[in-house]
Amino acid sequence: MARDRRILAGVAGLGLIGLLIGGAFAGLAFEAARDWSGAAAAFDAYLVRVAGFTLWQATLSTLLSVAPAILVARALARHPAFPGRGLVLKLFLVPLALPAIVAAMGVLALLGRAGLFADPLTALTGSRWQGIYGLSGILVAHVFFNLPLAARLLLQALEAVPADQWRLAAQLGMGASASFRLIEWPALRAALPGVAGLVFMLCVTSFTIVLTLGGGPAATTLEVAIYQALRFDFDPARAVALTALQIALTAAAVLFLLRLGADMAGDASLPVAPRRPAVAGAAERVVNAAIILAALLFVAGPLAAVTVSGLRADLARLAREPAVHAATLTSLVLALCAALLCVALSLALAAARRALEMKRPRTARPSLLERMLDTGAGFVLVVPPIVVGAGWFVALRGTGQVFAAAPVMVIAVNAVMAMPFAIRAIRPAWDAASARHERLAAQLGITGLARLRLIDWPSIRRPAFTALAFAMALSLGDLGVIALFGSDSVQTLPYLLLARMGSYRTMDAAGLALILGAVCLALTMLAERGRAAR
Amino acid sequence: MSGAAVRLENVAFSYGETAMSFDLDVEASEIVAIMGPSGSGKSTLLNLVAGFEAPSSGRILIGGEDAAGLPPAQRPVSMVFQENNLFSHLDVARNVGLGRSPSLRLTGADRADIAAALARTGLAGKEKRLPAELSGGERQRVALARALLRDRPVLLLDEAFASLGPALRREMLELVRDLDAERRMTILMVTHHPGDARALCHRIAFVEEGRVAAVAPTAEMFSPDAPEAFRAYIGA
Repeated sequence: MARDRRILAGVAGLGLIGLLIGGAFAGLAFEAARDWSGAAAAFDAYLVRVAGFTLWQATLSTLLSVAPAILVARALARHPAFPGRGLVLKLFLVPLALPAIVAAMGVLALLGRAGLFADPLTALTGSRWQGIYGLSGILVAHVFFNLPLAARLLLQALEAVPADQWRLAAQLGMGASASFRLIEWPALRAALPGVAGLVFMLCVTSFTIVLTLGGGPAATTLEVAIYQALRFDFDPARAVALTALQIALTAAAVLFLLRLGADMAGDASLPVAPRRPAVAGAAERVVNAAIILAALLFVAGPLAAVTVSGLRADLARLAREPAVHAATLTSLVLALCAALLCVALSLALAAARRALEMKRPRTARPSLLERMLDTGAGFVLVVPPIVVGAGWFVALRGTGQVFAAAPVMVIAVNAVMAMPFAIRAIRPAWDAASARHERLAAQLGITGLARLRLIDWPSIRRPAFTALAFAMALSLGDLGVIALFGSDSVQTLPYLLLARMGSYRTMDAAGLALILGAVCLALTMLAERGRAAR
Repeated sequence: MSGAAVRLENVAFSYGETAMSFDLDVEASEIVAIMGPSGSGKSTLLNLVAGFEAPSSGRILIGGEDAAGLPPAQRPVSMVFQENNLFSHLDVARNVGLGRSPSLRLTGADRADIAAALARTGLAGKEKRLPAELSGGERQRVALARALLRDRPVLLLDEAFASLGPALRREMLELVRDLDAERRMTILMVTHHPGDARALCHRIAFVEEGRVAAVAPTAEMFSPDAPEAFRAYIGA
């Protein structure tokens, strides 16, 4: 009976995800059917240009992130005892934890029109530095996010090379190029398609960076165009056309990635530097040190800029402002609700999947339901938050309740969006605990609430809190759904930040970015600590 | 409480490609060793008796009653596994206490019984320890203490002492023999060690390729008259 309840919970969870995504699709389909000619007419030259730019910037971002990442990963792999290596790897985690809008502020604080580098750049180029907007701004921000990610993932692939192979290389006296060709490149080549695919995917669906750093119709992606069509042009027909294209694009990319066997939730957990002989000669050591240092500066630059410009802001005044209080409170409440919902859904799916797995004979193929519970959370990767938001926006438009729905939409979409990460934290622990405890619990007759209290909760508590902190950080920093549904009455911190940027109150924006970044970073560190201690 | 007879009649079970069919008669309070090569179905036989697996046909009688459809917790059976007998986040007393109340609602009398069971298994004073703070032998003692508290007529040992060193294993076998002298349980133990069978068991059931190939008194199985396959298995 308890087993059936677990499956019911999983089915209910899947139903909720289905309702969220299905409702969005229904809204879009209904709108398309209502105004068929409008939606069809929206497939014009503008749309083609936007789609083209979306792919172009993603391709460039991927190249610029992954190619240097190969050098960085290799440099880190060849110097297991490099001073500060652990610190560098920790720093490479920070961009993952940082809200995109905070990173965008960091890039602007550094390279913007009034940025720290504006004067040197003016002197260098000989003309007044206009600030980094458009494609170059987007690329810098995307590389800031994805270079460290790619470097960590590729390093993971290199660390998976058995230590014996390195010892052998040292014994045989392989030089840098020989060991690259014979040992490192085969390991990297196996990982590259997955890593590049993941980065490409992240850049195709990037919204906040393009919204804040892209400029005008020349540098707009599909997601930003959807947002503009709904919020500024009130052109639902165009939004439908853009959304359909975006879904087709991401679905194609996801299918391609799944075929490559890529890890879609993409976070690399690395062992401490493995024991391995140092194989690099003196000249190579200098080159590698320079590569690592350059990557370090590139990642640390925007972070430092956020901190410096944030501290310059009048934080005391910001802290007294009612609008900031309201946005902070709203952000925290919405993020907490989203994180709780996310963890509850993830637990339900994990428990139901495991229960189904135990019910069938080990050799039988998993049922459709079990496979859906397995990959259900992956739906969000095909359907970006903006698309879900756009669908519901169009659907709710007629009711006049669009802005009243903001809290529900933000909570639901952010919760589902964080699920791939939460499930990664929760499911292995759940399955391992179940494998240890199932027969014992059955023998002793521990069922229902007693089982939850005595057995399941104690074994799942740590990963559940880890998932909660991750989901909350993700939700706190998100500027996707709230950009569509936000209004004067419902503002989150990222929304307020965007508003201040839009009204050229740059100092305020910098201060808010510092606060938001610090909170998200603290949450992620909390989550990481929970994960490390497990 | 004394033992209950365990009877498997044409118990069929298929695990992937291997089809199994067991016939076995164990008298009340008898101690039988289940021996045989890896993958022959020894553990599956115990899992069927314990109710972790359901036979596709045939009957399992425990104390004369058909156990079909009875969930594991309602069978007159306690089982000790090779590992994972304890919940690692619960202390020794609570792990044992689960044998009395699966929701750990324990009365004063229950606590006294727990203390007695722990004392009987040589664990007095270790009530508050967590499993990680115990040695491998002590962890299996906790599992035995819980079996004592549950007081079911049939005890199944699934290579319960296989991961212990020789001296510890002998100690555990002695403990089981002493407990059995008081409780007169029926014991089925899966083991690879002829020594375990010699020390404790009245009979040996030899399992091979999913069926009970031979059952005979221990002395006979270790004599030259034993079936050839069993002699090959123990390397005699």
